[in-house]
Amino acid sequence: MKIAIVVFPGSNCDIDMYEALNTVCHAEAEYVSYRTKKLDGFDAVILPGGFSYGDYLRAGAIARFAPVIPAIRKMAQDGKLVLGVCNGFQILTEMGLLPGALKRNNSLQFICETVKLQVKNNQIPFTTEYDQDQIIDIPIAHGEGNYYADDATLAELEKNNQIVFEYYQHNPNGSVKNIAGICNKEGNVLGMMPHPERAVEEVLGGTDGLPLFKSFLKLGVLA
Amino acid sequence: MTTIRIYVTYKPSVFDPQGAAITDSVNSLGHQEVKNIVVGKFFDIKLDEDDQDKAKQDVKEIAEALLVNFNMETYRLKVLEEN
Repeated sequence: MKIAIVVFPGSNCDIDMYEALNTVCHAEAEYVSYRTKKLDGFDAVILPGGFSYGDYLRAGAIARFAPVIPAIRKMAQDGKLVLGVCNGFQILTEMGLLPGALKRNNSLQFICETVKLQVKNNQIPFTTEYDQDQIIDIPIAHGEGNYYADDATLAELEKNNQIVFEYYQHNPNGSVKNIAGICNKEGNVLGMMPHPERAVEEVLGGTDGLPLFKSFLKLGVLA
Repeated sequence: MTTIRIYVTYKPSVFDPQGAAITDSVNSLGHQEVKNIVVGKFFDIKLDEDDQDKAKQDVKEIAEALLVNFNMETYRLKVLEEN
């Protein structure tokens, strides 16, 4: 499986993602520039965390106009895998690949801590190595991670089993329904605020992010 | 030339964490009469267009394409007086 990690101006978790995939998981991931217009040959594309374009206007709002965006949209349509973490999740909502939006945390503070998540859907390509309802420890680091969607959208998300991760017991940012990560209807596009790439080695404080990568890496080359 | 100001705020149904924090602070200053403060942002857009209706239409398109996220935000606009 070939994986593209998109580097936007202001991305800062691209190297973590690269090392998690290549060094820890022995996968085949490479950096691609936001200027790239084609992602042919890749089975998956990852939008890493950071502050693309300085988070100007709204987090992720300017990145939506980067040259690489149509190719990401095409991969999503073609059933290839698209993962957005943190700023990547914000970009996916601004692109309209995922519903809803990310607001300022209710506390107004930037929160950097390890939180407990519950896996609410272990049936998508990113989560099959987790147990349903498993509790996992994953770090968060964001100022605008407060997921919001209106009631109609939430009902739709629940109906289609699109809520993938929920904050467990403690909601750090005020997100509706304790949402930490959602997928599209088809399950091939996942956006999440927590950072699985920061939980792949014991020395980092835990390995609960590893099953996420193992889940999709085992799929190999996608048709 | 026409200059149009767009105000972007959260929809009334969406909790505004900055507004709530500032309201609390103002209450702490002793201004208990202050019940709510809404925080938003504004954009002044200067257009090479003398027809105000046409300018408003252009600005609406820009707002809806980029400046406003309708999942959580709303906007209003007004034509500014020429200086």
